[in-house]
Formats: sequence, C-alpha cells, structure tokens
Amino acid sequence: MKFREWFKSGDPWIWLIGGALSISVIMVVGLLLLIAVRGFAHFWPAELVETTVSAVDGSETVILGEQVESETLPAHRVRESGQLIDEETLVVTRHLFKVGNRDLTGRDFVWHLEPALGEWHYPEDAMMVERREWGNFYGYPLRLEENGQIVAEGENLWDELQARIERANELHARIQQIERYEIGRINSQLEEIRLEERGLDHRGVTGAEREAAMADLDARRSVLEEQYEELRAQRNDLQEQNERDVLHARTANGQKVAIKVGDIVMASKNNALSLAGKAGFYWHRITDFLTGYPREANTEGGIFPAIFGTVVMVLIMSVLVTPFGVLAAIYLREYARQGPILRMIRVSVYNLAGVPSIVFGVFGLGFFVYMLGGSIDELFFPERLPAPTFGTPGLFWASLTLALLTLPVVIVSTEEGLARIPRTVREGSLALGATKWETLWKVVVPLSAPAMMTGLILAVARAAGEVAPLMLVGVVKLAPSLPVDGEFPYVHLERKIMHLGFHIYDVGFQSPNVEAARPLVYATALTLVALILILNLSAIAIRNRLREKYRSESD
Amino acid sequence: MARRRRSRYLADGAARWMVRAGGGGVVVALALIFVYLFSEVLPLFKGASVERQESYVTADSGTTAPAYLALERYGEIGMRYSRDGELVYFRLGDGEVIRRIDLAVPEGVRVTSVGNGEPRARRVALGLSDGTAIIVEHNHELEFPEMGVREVVPDPSFPVGSEPVVVDDSGEALTAIAVQKSRDDTGVAAQTADGRMLFVRYRVRTGFLTGDREIERESYDLPAFGTPVTHLQLSANLWNLIAADAGGSLIYWDISRPAEAVMRDRREVAGEPGESITSLQFLNGTFSAIVGTASGNISQWFLVRDETEDAGDNIFYLARARDFEQHPGAITAIQPEYTRKGFVAVDDAGYLGIHYGTSARTLFLDQVSEEPLVGVAVSPVNERILVEGREGTITEFDLWNEHPETSFRALWSKVWYEGRSDPDYVWQASSGSDSFEPKYSMVPLTVGTLKAAFFAMLFAMPLAIAGAIYTAYFMSPSLRGYVKPTIEVMEALPTVILGFLAGLWLAPFLENHIPVVFTVLVGLPLAFLVVAWAWAQLPRGVRSRIPGGWEALILMPVICLLVWGLIELSPLIEIWFFDGSMRQWFTDIGITYDQRNALVVGIAMGFAVIPTIFSIAEDAVFTVPKHLTQGSLALGATPWQTVTRIILLTASPGIFSAVMIGFGRAVGETMIVLMATGNSPVVNFNIFEGMRTLSANIAVELPETAVNSTHFRILFLAGLVLFAMTFIVNTIAEVVRQRLRTKYSSL
Repeated sequence: MKFREWFKSGDPWIWLIGGALSISVIMVVGLLLLIAVRGFAHFWPAELVETTVSAVDGSETVILGEQVESETLPAHRVRESGQLIDEETLVVTRHLFKVGNRDLTGRDFVWHLEPALGEWHYPEDAMMVERREWGNFYGYPLRLEENGQIVAEGENLWDELQARIERANELHARIQQIERYEIGRINSQLEEIRLEERGLDHRGVTGAEREAAMADLDARRSVLEEQYEELRAQRNDLQEQNERDVLHARTANGQKVAIKVGDIVMASKNNALSLAGKAGFYWHRITDFLTGYPREANTEGGIFPAIFGTVVMVLIMSVLVTPFGVLAAIYLREYARQGPILRMIRVSVYNLAGVPSIVFGVFGLGFFVYMLGGSIDELFFPERLPAPTFGTPGLFWASLTLALLTLPVVIVSTEEGLARIPRTVREGSLALGATKWETLWKVVVPLSAPAMMTGLILAVARAAGEVAPLMLVGVVKLAPSLPVDGEFPYVHLERKIMHLGFHIYDVGFQSPNVEAARPLVYATALTLVALILILNLSAIAIRNRLREKYRSESD
Repeated sequence: MARRRRSRYLADGAARWMVRAGGGGVVVALALIFVYLFSEVLPLFKGASVERQESYVTADSGTTAPAYLALERYGEIGMRYSRDGELVYFRLGDGEVIRRIDLAVPEGVRVTSVGNGEPRARRVALGLSDGTAIIVEHNHELEFPEMGVREVVPDPSFPVGSEPVVVDDSGEALTAIAVQKSRDDTGVAAQTADGRMLFVRYRVRTGFLTGDREIERESYDLPAFGTPVTHLQLSANLWNLIAADAGGSLIYWDISRPAEAVMRDRREVAGEPGESITSLQFLNGTFSAIVGTASGNISQWFLVRDETEDAGDNIFYLARARDFEQHPGAITAIQPEYTRKGFVAVDDAGYLGIHYGTSARTLFLDQVSEEPLVGVAVSPVNERILVEGREGTITEFDLWNEHPETSFRALWSKVWYEGRSDPDYVWQASSGSDSFEPKYSMVPLTVGTLKAAFFAMLFAMPLAIAGAIYTAYFMSPSLRGYVKPTIEVMEALPTVILGFLAGLWLAPFLENHIPVVFTVLVGLPLAFLVVAWAWAQLPRGVRSRIPGGWEALILMPVICLLVWGLIELSPLIEIWFFDGSMRQWFTDIGITYDQRNALVVGIAMGFAVIPTIFSIAEDAVFTVPKHLTQGSLALGATPWQTVTRIILLTASPGIFSAVMIGFGRAVGETMIVLMATGNSPVVNFNIFEGMRTLSANIAVELPETAVNSTHFRILFLAGLVLFAMTFIVNTIAEVVRQRLRTKYSSL
C-alpha cells in the first residue's frame, strides 16, 4: 500500500484515536497498580542492606537500612550540589535508604550516590526494631538486661527478646486500656458533674436545694477522684513493670544503644526470615495497620480510628439520605404533576450532583454548624456555653452535609428504578382494586428496591471518598476518642471524627516527616481505593442483575 | 368492610400527603442551599446605616470650639478636648459631665494648635503660644464594683509629664503640631510662628533605683518651607511627616534619619485655585493620608516607592490613590476608624460621610444637622458616631457598617493598595498585624480556577473524546465490555488520592524528568503512526488473524515501552541539550518553574475528568442511529469519513455537553488543586507555575475565619460563584443532552 493512499484512507487517524484510548486505559490501570504495589509493599519485610559510604574527605561510614527507591540523574546536577563525581560520568544513580535511628542521627532517610557506596551485604544478624517513639532502629542486638542483670546474650537472646516484647506489648495494651477508657470515663463523669454544677447556677437554684445538690455532687466527685487515684496508681505500677527490660544493641557504625523493651513494638531479623516467616510478618503488620491506633503524629501505627470514623459517618449518612432520597424520587415520579416545571425541578436536582462538593461544605458549615448547631446549643446545652457542643463541626453535621451531597445520587438511581417497572405491573395491581399507595408500597417499591440499593451504594462510595466538605464540617487529624463507645449515649454525634481521605491529605501534606509517612499514605490510599472499588463494583453488579431481571419480565 | 375501605383510603390519602411533604421538602431543602448562600453574601453589598439617637449640649460645647472628640468602645462615655485646654469626659446619652480635667495651660499662654496621633493610641498634643506643648492620653479604665456590673472610668494620663514640654527652645508659638507614639518614644513635629519646622523625640526613662521619671529630649530642625503649613501628621514609625500648606499642597518630609531630614515631595491637592486643605488625617496604620478640602473634596494619598532608575533606595513620593464622593460643604473634621481603613468626615453644610479607603466606597453621605458640623468621632468598634455642630449640639448616631471593604470594584478590578507601586489584583486576606490592609481581589482566584480547569481540559479533552469515539465506533464489542467499565470506575476514585499522587509522586517525578513531558507529547503520536504504517505493511494473512477493533490493545505495549524508554533517556537529553538541568535552563531563559505547577494539576485533574467526559461522549456517539452510519458506509465512505462527517456532526451536542460537564467538575475540584499546587494566588497562565483556586481557597481559609466577618462572607461569595458557575454549565449541558435525545428518537 502506498503511503499517500494509506494516509487518505483515514486509517492513521483511527490508530491515533485508538492510541488515545490506550493511554487512558494505561493511566487508569497504571494508577491502580501504583497504589496497589506501593501500598502492599509497605508491609513486606524489606531486606536490610549494609554498606559503606565514603564521604568527600575520604572517611567511610557504615550504614544499615532498607533501600527505598533509586533514581538516575544527570551527573552535572549532582556536581552542582557539591558532591564529587569524576568528569567522565554522564549520569549517576542514587539510592534512598531508610536508615532509621532518628534519635541518633536526626534523619531517618538519606540519599546516597551509587559511586560513593561500597559493596552491599545482607547480614543475617541485622535487626529492625519498631519503636513507639523515634521511628525504627536498625542495628545488631548485643544482650538483654533485666533490672541491670544480663539475662540473655548470644544464641538464646532472640527468642528471649521476642518473649519479653510480647510481655511488654501486653502491659502496654493494659496501660492503654486504663488511660484511654477507664480514666477517660472518669474524666467524662467529672465533666458531667462540673456541668451539673454550672446548670445549678444557670437555673438560679439557691438556698437549701442548692446545698443539697452541691453536697451530692461533691460526694460523687470525691468517689470519682478516689477511683482516679487508684487507676493512676495501677497505671504507674504497670509502667514501672514495663521499664524492667532493656535491650542493648549496636548500630552499624558501632555505636552502643540501650532500648527499653517497653518501647519496642516489634523486632525482626528481616534477612533471616524464611518466606513463610515473611508472610507471617506481613500478615501481622497488615492487621496491626488496620486495627491499630496511629502513633507519632499519625506517621506510624495504624489507621483504625480513621476507618471507624469513615464507616460510622457513612452509616449515619445512609440512615439520613435513604428515606428522603426515596421519598423525593417517589414524589417526582409518582405524585408530582408531570410538566415543564417538574422537568425543570428534576434537571436542577440532578445538576446538584455536579455542584462542587466544597460548596456543600460551605453550606454545611454556615447553615448546619453555626446556625442550627448554635441554636441547639442555646436551647439544650446552655450550661456548656461558651464551649460549643453542636455549634462546632462534628460527626452529625458531617453526615448531614454528605447526605445532602449524595441526595441527588439516590434520587436519580431510585427514579431510574421506578421508571423501569413495567406499566403492566402497576396497572395489574390497580385493576385488582389496590389503592395507589398499596400499589406503590406492596408492588412498585419492592420491585425497585435493588435500584434504591444501587443508589445507596453509589452514595456511600461517593461519601466515603469525599474530603473537601468534611474539612469544613467535622474531621480532624487526631480525634481523642471514637464517636461510638461504652459511654451513654453510646453514639456521640457531636464528636469530631477521623476520616480515611482526610488522613491521606493530612499525613501526606501536613506531617513533619513526609518521607517517613509516605508508605503509610500509600497504604491508607490503598485501603480507601479498595473500599470504594468494592462498593462500586457491587453497585454495578446489582444494577446489571436488575437490568437482566426486568428485561426478561418486560419481554 | 366499609370501615376497612375507609381506612384504606385514609392510608392512601395520608401517604399522598406524606410523600408530597417529604418529596417537596427535599426539593425545597435543595433550593435552600442557594437561598442561604445568597443571604450570607448579601450584607457585603449593603452600605452603612446610621440611626439618630440623642442630641444634647455638654459642658461648654456651646461656648468653646472642640479641638478633638473621641469615644471608647463600650459606648458609655465620650471625650472632648476644647480649644481652651480642657479635657471633658461626658456620659453618652445625656452629655452629663463625668470628669473635667484642666490641662494646666500656664497663665498668659494660649493653645495655638492641636494635633492627634493614631486613634487607638488615644494621644493628643496641644501646641502652646510659648513654644511648649501638652501631651495627653484620654485613657479610661474598666472597674467592676460588683459581680456583673461594669463601669468605664476616666483615667487620663500624661505620657511625658503633666507640665508642658519644650518643643521650641526659642519659645515661638507653635502654629501647627503633630504627635505620634512609637514604642517608647513620643514624637512631636511642629511649625513655629516664625516658619521653622521642628521634630522632637521624647523618651521617658524611669530611674533604675530612684524610680524618678526623667525625660530625654532630642530636637531636630527640619528643612523649612516657604508658605505656612496648616496641618501636620506624623507616621507611627516616626519616619514620615506629611503637611498641608495654606496653598493647598501636600508636602512630605523623610525624617527616618532626622538629622538629615529632607523634603521629598510636594503635590497640589486642589482641583481649583484657592481650594485650601481643611483637614488632614492618617488612616489606621498611618500609611495613607486622607485630605479634605474647602470645596468638600476628599482624597486618599500614600507614599509609593520611586522605582525609576536614578532614584536611590527607599525614595518615596506622594501618590493620589483615589477620590471619594464630594461633600457639599468644606470638610471640617475627619476621624479614621480604629482597626480598618475607613474614616468618617463632616462638613460645614451639616453632612456626615462614611467612607472606606480600599474599596473607595462612600457608604453614607447625608445631611444630619442644620448646623455646620465641626467635630466628629467614631467608636473603636464602629458602632457609634458622634458629631458636634458649631452651636455646640452633640448628636449621637448608632452605626451599622460591617462590610465596607467590599464593592464590586474592589472584588473584580485592580485596586491600588497602600504602599504598592501600582494598582493590582491581590488576594491576601489576613496577616498578623493590626494595621494590615486586607486585599480581597477575586481575580487571582478566578484566574487560578480557570487556569487549572483549562490545563485539565487541555489534557483530558483530546484523550477522552478520541477514546470515546474509538470505543463507541471502532472497538470490538468484547473489548468494549471491559474498557468502558474500567474507565468509568475511575470516576468514583476519590480525588484526594489523585491529589496525593500528583503532589507527592508526579510533581517530584516531573521535576526530575521535565524533558519527558515534551518527548512524550511528540513521541507517542509519532509512534502510533509508525506502528499503524508498519501494520499496514504486514501481509494480509497476518493482519486478518486479528480482527478490526483491536488497535488500542496492540498499541498498549508500544506505549509502555516507549514511555519507559523516554524516561530513561530523559537525563541524557538534559545533558545533551540543556547543560544537565532543564529546570536550570528554564530559570536562565526567564521561566519560573515551581515543583507543584499547573502541568501537574492539569494531568491529575485531567485524569479526574477523563471518565466524566468519556462516559457521556461515548454514550452520545454510541447512540448515533445505526442507519445513518450504515448508510454512509454503503455509499462508499471510509469509516474515518463516516466518523468525521456523520458521527461527529450528529453527536456533537452530546460531546459538547460532555465537555461542559467535565469543565464544571474541573472548576469545582478541591483536593487535587489543594495538594498539587503551591496555592499561591498569582495571576498568570504559565504552565510551570502554581495557582490558587476558589475552591482550594475556601478549604484553606474558611475554617480559620471569624464567623460573619467580611472575609467569611467573601468566602461564601466564592462558594456562591462556584455554585452558580457549575450549576449553569451543568444545566446547559443537560438541556443540550435532552434535546439530542429527542432528536435521536425522531431520526
């Protein structure tokens, strides 16, 4: 085929637009792969590399850590930054190492140029210690001491260490239990008493009545204070027990370090692990991540409160949005008089789905939080003012705002479902003498329930991923307590929550140590993407089944 | 039976009402969003309202001229200096004198001039006929005699001692005086009767052991000026002295180094000959001077850095920034607001004017008195105004003036802000300092929004539309079944994830591989064509094994390989053509390169809108009636001709609405821009610089704004603008789509 002829046939254009599609698909798949690979890789125990780094002045240091990433740069740029590269080299590779030991060196991530590095070893004895503070430690274990007495050294050291870490973790869990729940409960009861006292002032109770009330409050308070002292003693005791063991270790450079076993979350000799061992370790870290609480300004530990906050918020939103969305859809489709005005209303309602989410956030903050919340506070919680209860962003307002945001989604989906019900079914029901309501309630609504379900799932998926409005109406980077707990009234609608999407933004962009937080952000992103993809795919599946069902029925 | 039927009908009726109420309620609730946003924004554009309260005569207001009037923030007492050298604290409401302080003007000496400092410093200087001055602070204190009772108590003080301090050593009368407080120093500038200009600094030192107060005095002679000056004002840092002379000129001395003080500038204020300056005051912060003239003109002046070549560093000149609505009479008194850039002015025709600097608004101008007015005071919280007439009648007004900072012009056109060399579009809503001038220009934000959306559409439109046409028309149905849901699922992907990848992965990656952007842009289409050509050269037998509609799949490995290759090549290209660093090269040729820039946003946000555009455009193309395309093919048109002449034409409204909806989404997107740009509100279209969008601005600033402040309402306005913009765009798109649907069904 001649080139001109070929060009005139238009085939090249078809290939070009085909290429555009390929690019889009590759980007989509590539993005998902990027998140999946980085997210999953975060938990895999990395090999610990030991190598030497020679500085410009000829001195050598030994580093031990995980290799995080590598990149190739023009040598010129590296030379500009003052590092010595000989003239012939055009490009150099540099590696990013996570070397931990932030307490000793100040930086736990360092770039090193390939030419400056010596040979890479993977020492079997190298260990990685995850600590509650100061990030990871990389080095070699020396001995284990209990109250200053050596208890293990050499061969049996590792098993003994693991046993003691387990003990320390149990102790830590108990301390946490006391601090987070038991002391928290006492504090909230004390707060209650303080509010009752203010309530007395507020209602203007005086004289004997007041004295009786005060005496009662004081009695309750002293009981609580006693309990508090008891708990505190208990906690201090546990803490003391937790100080018992100390692990002595050395860094790759030979510096001696003492680490309290109580500060260790886990220790592992990554290079010595078998594949099964690695898999176990992997599983352990994933569960820790999903069920643990964040540590170190959210840059380490788990994301449980964020998952929990997201789920609770989305549930409350569902409760709010479903009845209203369904009611509105039924009204628009079944009761309202069809005509140009209704068509306009319908287009407007649909278009609300396209209004930027931040606008809903602005509305939520102004109307719900400040106006409604402010009025609720004045009516029901005057004794707490000026500290706001509902007049500040919180769980309920977040849910309500998102319910408004996702209302169009539910309405559209339900209307579609209602429209899909064959007319014959309705007419049959009416012909048998059922009233309109009975037809609706007993025939049409059950038939269109899957469509409502689809709408709800889509709404939930959208709400779970929405962040911008939540930044205004209720999420925080670190919530002191979960929105649901054992305290009356169990679901605390006024509390602020943590949220997966906001967690990504916050940890990725507001944290002091972005490099350290990055893997965690990928893992969080993976969790969120997985959650949303599952929700969407199930919505699609339900929709497809529904379509099949009615296609066969209406034929 | 009948009862049962009745209850059934009752239930039916109840249900009807419930559904109507519920459904209608939802519709109303959604409308409420618009109404509420609008109601929050509306007060921004209301002027000021003034309500007359009591009128009375206090102390000797009828007999002596007022030298200065002031109010305190609780609205309980007022202060009045008289020309006789008396300070009177009087109760608001009835004018009853609470305390009368004789300022101890010595026997045989007259008050010859009066000057005031910044209102919040509450400092007034009286220049005397013997070359001395009395400096007073009309302070007050709060006392709480019992629970819940607050009392405002006069507490005047004399910062440099209650005895008059010497200003002129030779004892000439002071014909004009200015005072200002600057940290520990008190600065006084004055003109003597024989035409000399003086600048004196006083500093009070308390003896370390003795506790005695000792006043240090430094005095400087300033370059004098021919005509006598009538008004003097000192800036708060004691660096600048502004004067009005009898000829209607404004004069500026640079006294930052008082020993080498120079007169830098002199400008005519008067528009007509003989129009004298009758009032001169600094606005809050003492950066701008407000000048009132005998014919009622009011203008704002400030110092602007001289940026011409031969001017030295820190040389300033006086610039007339703006004029306000003219008063019918000569301006007799001006008082600036305490914390904002506004002021109140009165004239001898009995008119009261409330003006604002930044927005050049005159919020109120009306006759409030039959008498010519001679004095005015505004309360520190802008809730009350006090005016005094020539006959001594003091009248109080309640004032509502919450949002003078905004006007349509202040929001959307260039504004000359204090100290800037030119009028400009600036968004800078807050700062730590009290004398900060908030800059609320929506232009940088709107431009940023459009810039982000533009680059996103530039990236997304070709890919999405081309991909949609291909998927709908050329792709094999089995493949289509996978491709379409894959791209559509992306629509549900949270944008926070795209934003985070753009900010933390893409931005640094692109910064290190700038050449890739260009090589991919050129390389990919070329590669497609090469592959297509090569494919056409393959023997028919090989080609026919793979049916049509699989081109996209064949291209995928090609794209992956090529992009990988170009990334690897990138450092080498930088070495060969750009001396090792393309970023440096950009800087050298004068292009700014930010790490988080419009390119990154364009790609990330383009990614977010591709599924939207793709999905709608694909539907539009796919539903083009088959008989049209088949007819075209049957008449001998090639598939590509059919696409360009039939499909594109018929589906163009659908594609248009897809683009509109995509645009609407790009305009309102928040998280991506928040994370992938530096959020700096600049006005330009450079692809390698960042921007700040309306939505990101709301997300950043709204949580930290005081409720119902101007800033708060302006952010609501930004929300309303976004709402209206996307709502209109979406509605147009939806209407176009509906029309298309009707058209198809009739074809």
